[in-house]
Amino acid sequence: MIPADFRYLFPSSVDEAVRMLAEEGEDAKIIAGGQSLVPVLRMRLAAPTALIDIGGLTELTGVRDDGDSLLIGAMTTHYEVQRDHLVQDHALLLRLVTDTIADPQIRHRGTFGGSLCHADPAGDLLAPALALDAVMIIAGPGGRREVPAAEFFVDYFTTALAPDEILIDVRVPKYTGWRAHYEKLNRVAQAWSIVAVAATVQVRDGVISAARVGLTNVGSGPVRAVDVEAALVGQPTSAISEAARLASSGDGYKDNLARVLTGRALTAAVG
Amino acid sequence: MTATAESEVGKARLRKEDARLITGQTRWTDNLQLTGMLHMAVLRSPVAHARITNVDVSRATAMPGVALVLTGEDFAAEQGSLPCAWPITEDMKSPAAPAIAVDQVNFAGEAVAVVIADSAYHAADALEAIDVDYEDLPVVLDMEEALRDNDLVHPDLGTNKCATWVFDSAEAGSGTNVEDEIAAAEVVLERTFKQQRLIPAFMEPRSVVVDVTAGMYTVWSATQIPHILRWMLSAVTGISEHKLRVIAPDVGGGFGGKLQVTPEELLCLLIARRMGRPVKWTESRTESMLSAHHGRDQIQKITMAARRDGTVTGLKVELLADMGAYLRLVTPGVPILGAFMFNSIYKFAGYRFVCTNVFTNKVPTDAYRGAGRPEATFAIERMMDELAVELGMEPMKLREMNWIKHEEFPFTTVAGLTYDSGNYEAATARAMELFGYDELREEQARRRAGGDVVQLGIGISTYTEMCGLAPSRVLGALRYGAGGWETASIRMLPTGKVEVITGTSPHGQGHETVWSQIVADRLGVPFEDVEVLHGDTATSHKGMDSYGSRSLAVGGTALVHAADKVLAKAKTLAAHMMECDEADVEFASGSFSVRGTSTARTLGDVVLAAHVAHDLPEGMEPGMDADATFDPDNFSYPHGTHLCATEVDTETGLVKISRYVAVDDVGTVVNPLIVDGQVHGGLAQGIAQALYEEATHDEMGTLTTATFADYLVPSAADLPAFLTDRTTTPATSNPLGAKGVGEAGTIASTPAVVNAVLDAVRHLGVRDIDMPMSPERVWTALQGREDTGAGEVAAGGLGSIDAQGGQA
Repeated sequence: MIPADFRYLFPSSVDEAVRMLAEEGEDAKIIAGGQSLVPVLRMRLAAPTALIDIGGLTELTGVRDDGDSLLIGAMTTHYEVQRDHLVQDHALLLRLVTDTIADPQIRHRGTFGGSLCHADPAGDLLAPALALDAVMIIAGPGGRREVPAAEFFVDYFTTALAPDEILIDVRVPKYTGWRAHYEKLNRVAQAWSIVAVAATVQVRDGVISAARVGLTNVGSGPVRAVDVEAALVGQPTSAISEAARLASSGDGYKDNLARVLTGRALTAAVG
Repeated sequence: MTATAESEVGKARLRKEDARLITGQTRWTDNLQLTGMLHMAVLRSPVAHARITNVDVSRATAMPGVALVLTGEDFAAEQGSLPCAWPITEDMKSPAAPAIAVDQVNFAGEAVAVVIADSAYHAADALEAIDVDYEDLPVVLDMEEALRDNDLVHPDLGTNKCATWVFDSAEAGSGTNVEDEIAAAEVVLERTFKQQRLIPAFMEPRSVVVDVTAGMYTVWSATQIPHILRWMLSAVTGISEHKLRVIAPDVGGGFGGKLQVTPEELLCLLIARRMGRPVKWTESRTESMLSAHHGRDQIQKITMAARRDGTVTGLKVELLADMGAYLRLVTPGVPILGAFMFNSIYKFAGYRFVCTNVFTNKVPTDAYRGAGRPEATFAIERMMDELAVELGMEPMKLREMNWIKHEEFPFTTVAGLTYDSGNYEAATARAMELFGYDELREEQARRRAGGDVVQLGIGISTYTEMCGLAPSRVLGALRYGAGGWETASIRMLPTGKVEVITGTSPHGQGHETVWSQIVADRLGVPFEDVEVLHGDTATSHKGMDSYGSRSLAVGGTALVHAADKVLAKAKTLAAHMMECDEADVEFASGSFSVRGTSTARTLGDVVLAAHVAHDLPEGMEPGMDADATFDPDNFSYPHGTHLCATEVDTETGLVKISRYVAVDDVGTVVNPLIVDGQVHGGLAQGIAQALYEEATHDEMGTLTTATFADYLVPSAADLPAFLTDRTTTPATSNPLGAKGVGEAGTIASTPAVVNAVLDAVRHLGVRDIDMPMSPERVWTALQGREDTGAGEVAAGGLGSIDAQGGQA
């Protein structure tokens, strides 16, 4: 790998990282697990003047219980998310999605926050973050602020994060006891999804009491299938196939996949 | 010396190469560090066809660490033309092929300038400071359009047609006139298939280091062909061949992609000569995909004549083959290697093959695993299924009634080859049994009747191929520029250890292991006592290198002959030592003995006696070394039956291989583990053509699949557990009975998969689907819509990337 020249900085606290980012200016980049940024550097599609490596900030790793929600540190690796009991118990959808990300090597390096900040609409974590009403906790020169997922993902590879800000934590409300499934269609194991559907549902006495459905790679960012969710509430699970048709109205290939995979994701979730 | 108790041939030994490769205790070309070494980076054209009106290197020259920036102008007087060793016809059009473009670029990725700097980083940085002005020329991408000659790739040639090559069984006397067969046929089928362009995608990117010391040039290269490279570099540069040494150290895969004399090898040599300092170049993956040769890329129009009872009578093949912008080492000959294989295992009365080679503004094509034979096998196996559908016959029964029966060997085909041995019945019976053919057909019927979302299809490929390249006289008749022999030497060392020198050049195959097994078996020495030297023209002074599944059948035979020469001489000396008649000497398990007595001498004793030479028979030279060169008198013909079951999701178009059985007959097997490995890897590559891989260009000629995010190479996770087995019909053309296995899996598997997918959805009205059969293509076909040719919707990935900045 022969990237362009850059300065390498290794902060020891979030505040130091924020300060460095301010000092280095707009052409500096935060590097987390490097699973998206390194290929970009390798191909010289970007040439940041400085890389601020937040890999040493242990305060940003791990999952904490915060009452009604979980706090997932931005530097928590996919592998750690996969194995975390809090995630398993309270955000099953996230674990199932994470299981499908790339391959074991990448899951050991790539981070939860890094994937969200890269904001590739084909990335697996965007749709569940949106569907689960995750909230991004962001550090910047002015202190901390919180941005809901629905406002965080702005466009292809673009988030609400300002150039001088760092994502530090992600708050995910607890979905304790909800069933979940991630239905992903890709051509080879390490390829991005053509389309994928993240679904989680609460079923009580055979009736769907709540549902969250997020679509991967059908637009410039994650898409929440609100019509599908609304059509399911108060319905028996047999209503799934009808509701899934509301995932998309077009007649293209991806529209078809959105409908088919939504039906399959929901069916597998309640099954 | 210990005698080996059990036979080495047939033993599934772990490879002796693996420990050093897996633990990094090896030396790839890029690992070499020489004192004072400079690094070359290549600026590549971002456009497919343009005149270069200006190249400004002034900013780049002033960059830190930059020693020199050179353009095509700077090399124009000395670079000559990269060689094409296979002028297939007398009147073939052959454009000058500069290593670096001088005034015109003809494909996106062609070199236009180089930076030589003190580090690879500085060299890459300076690339970005070179300014090139291009004046666009019309881009020629489509072969059929190219043949209209409206826009020309090489205006000086006056046409985009490179050559037309014809084989006709009536003219050759090997069969009837195919037009008569077609006119008289009860059934005539005409189909057109597209062989998409593929990228060899070897694991180790190409790398070159050139050192010049005291007038001696040493070239290290990640190449399959050190011997041919030495010859060709000498011919192109005028550097005397005896002042050139080429070394292929450990090489990480090739698949034909390193069967080449590359622009970068030549450029590094010219720069080292100019500067008197060592120069290294190592490509990035994207650079490899943009500039190393591609494979396949044919349009195949096939006409088949048959009787209503299923008997095939005539086969007419009309090919268009995309050469890309230049003719590389064997570019024009690759489709011709298929000419003898379209008839495959079937008995056609008449056969005609016409191939038109076409220039386009794309990366040159050349050898890629199978080279011409996968294309041929695909076409014939697809046609056999089409005929079965047309006649309402069971596809295996149709094949069986047309193939050469085992008692008919040796059999001279309508293409003029003589197949020495084979047993298609045996391989097929074994494959059907392993596969559970009848049960799967029943399951298929159930799913069809039930209208299941996931439909089942069964695909057949009963293939043969020609390998063991090649009888030199045949190559001569095909106007190929070299011979097809191979050479081996055995050096018996005074301590009884053995050095084997081979002219083959392994790049992942495991020759060190297999050659050691052959020698251990033949000479009765321990496997561990054999060292195999290869890939260095200073130690292995001649050879024709490795490609075309030739190494064992040709190079292994040379080795057997060399071992037999050692034994013959040792026997004479042993008789002398034991004071007996040579006719009374027996050799077994590494020891010579006098028949009927306990008198014996080990081979080691005899070798030492030959080495000290104190008491040799009259006229015997000291030492116990031997050389042998073997020129085969026929190709070898592996064959087999591959059966594939695919599940096709009719709602998403996704294809999943649920079962794959490969029963191959590759003749006698030296190492079953290595053969299995070759088959598994070959299957992966053939399946990849059917389902995953395709090099695509946008309308400007930019390669849009220049990363592994966009060019989809499958991994083990995407492939089924293969069921492999073998039947053994030894080749009669060499003493080992080996036929070759390097390409069989790739050649056989592509049509098995495609036939299976079509078999799953044909009842839903689908007639054909282009490769690779992506989910979107399959779904589109199921909707009864036209394939727009756009292929898969880009899903994530890095998409079309800027071709400039080669070291990126």
